[in-house]
Amino acid sequence: MGTTSHLNQPNQAADQLLRVDDISLRFGGVNVLANVSTSVAEGEIFAIIGPNGAGKTCLLNCINRFYQPVSGRIYFEGRDITPLRPHQIPELGIARTFQNVELFKGMTVIDNIKLGRHVHLDTGLIAAGCYFGKARKTELALRKEIEERIIDLLEIEHIRKKRVGALPYGLQKRVELARALAMKPKLLLLDEPVTGMNLEETEDIARFILDIHDEWGVTIVLIEHDMGVVMDISDRVCVLDFGVKIAEGSPDDVRHNEQVIKAYLGEQDLTYSRLGA
Amino acid sequence: MRCGDFRESYLEDEKIFQSTFVKVWLVILLVGLVTLPLFANDYVMYVANQIGFAVIAAVGLNLLTGCTGQISLGHAAFIGVGGYATAVLITRFGIPFWFALPLAGLISAGVGMVIGIPSLRVKGLYLCIATLAAQFILEYVFINWEGVTQGIRGINVPPPRIGSFVFATEKSFYYLTLVVVVAAVGFARNILRTKWGRAFVAIRDRDLAAEMMGIDLFRHKLIAFALSSFYAGVAGGLWVSFMKIVTPEHFPFSRSIEYLAMIIVGGLGSVLGSIFGAIFMVLVPELLNVATGSLKGFFPNLTQIFIPMKEVIFGFLIVGFLIFEPHGLAEIWHRIKNFFSLWPFSY
Repeated sequence: MGTTSHLNQPNQAADQLLRVDDISLRFGGVNVLANVSTSVAEGEIFAIIGPNGAGKTCLLNCINRFYQPVSGRIYFEGRDITPLRPHQIPELGIARTFQNVELFKGMTVIDNIKLGRHVHLDTGLIAAGCYFGKARKTELALRKEIEERIIDLLEIEHIRKKRVGALPYGLQKRVELARALAMKPKLLLLDEPVTGMNLEETEDIARFILDIHDEWGVTIVLIEHDMGVVMDISDRVCVLDFGVKIAEGSPDDVRHNEQVIKAYLGEQDLTYSRLGA
Repeated sequence: MRCGDFRESYLEDEKIFQSTFVKVWLVILLVGLVTLPLFANDYVMYVANQIGFAVIAAVGLNLLTGCTGQISLGHAAFIGVGGYATAVLITRFGIPFWFALPLAGLISAGVGMVIGIPSLRVKGLYLCIATLAAQFILEYVFINWEGVTQGIRGINVPPPRIGSFVFATEKSFYYLTLVVVVAAVGFARNILRTKWGRAFVAIRDRDLAAEMMGIDLFRHKLIAFALSSFYAGVAGGLWVSFMKIVTPEHFPFSRSIEYLAMIIVGGLGSVLGSIFGAIFMVLVPELLNVATGSLKGFFPNLTQIFIPMKEVIFGFLIVGFLIFEPHGLAEIWHRIKNFFSLWPFSY
């Protein structure tokens, strides 16, 4: 269980970028999350794993305020973000990608990415319609930054003018990552970034995640089923099972945790092949 | 054939009219439009004005329905609000046309925002019905608020004037319409390439994801309603000043449908499409009028069939477009353009 014990000590809050404090979420009679507490330190790659239906995505949805937990608080940079609405979250610097790609299919790749910057642009409606002076300068600066920092980093130059709906799944996932980057995130929530990808694409995405983490200094929370990726890139891992946190610690701790092995697989024999030990 | 078209800066790539070739054609088009009154008779100018009003209103509706995905069945009523507001501001309050027109746009935008409030809760077909209610309520107001709208008698509207120059004829009014059309189209096109346009399209494509990207759905939907109604209001103000009278039967429900048909035939979500759609929907009935008029001499016995036939042919044309070109006239235009951009070496 390792690091869970320090959670209730407020004096450690300084280096905690995100703190989830005792949240519970219920859909009807189903306890989706039960008293989950965890925290993510600044500059960390933090993985959330668990079997299907463990409540991983629900936890992310609570963090960016899409779901309203029945109890508990969520703090970002020491500020209580529980009362905020979903559209107020990106402004704080929390960006996310989705399990099922949620791009705007009628827009081009570059427009999708530009949209990520929406909350940070202050062009008024009339200024936008006139497209003169500052409005124009803002758009051009945005285009330049996106081209040179994001599109270049994620290697999607060749598709930037294409409509997103026409792209293959692997590239759509990459565009979604690009859009999240355009949101100027301090914290990036990635929901299964490599699901459905072949080995090469998986390695590409893992490399991008590490690049983003190293070059941009972004803290990353990721949900992933691919244990190879999780064990390789994350600093700490949190394991959920049926809405309860059963373990948290370094990849190595988690890999050898009896409870995790039991909950995750049920059978001891398969442990080492599935957890990649 | 277009070649050697390389963009060397982001500025060049963000432009609406990118190649010199396009700009040359644009200038030719503008010169053509400006000099049109020199060749055309009053009937043609009347139709040109009608097209202009339709273009403004259709561009507005396309911002709301085509781009933001909020279907409105009350567009004619918003045009009516603009028309009545212009008429009342000019005749009752003595405000000159030049101030009354934008004010009417703002009043219409305000009404549009109120009508847009249900869009927070209801989407798609349900919102459609909510805006349908707006159409009938506003129509009722036009007829029954006698104190302001003078009921079915309507209000006589004086034509706009600058100094001693009066925009009283089809030809002089045409220039006024042309200027407003160019401004309205340019404004809409610019909106669509900035954060507002992107947010609108995002709401249309995936509203929940848009919200998670930091777009306040309610605020942006209301802004889309306001913008769309502003366009409608300006179109209405121009229209009644051109007709010199405003009566309730200018703004029936069928006209709302007509505007929806315009943007569907033209191309949803495309400013160019709205223009094509407006031209199509105004011009085709007029052409059918001319055609049936000239055929009357040859088939004097069939005159009674011609009038209903006109409607039938018009209906078939629209259905034909929906079946054979669901993306509208704008798509046809793009295809032709792409064909000729590589012609004759299109391999």
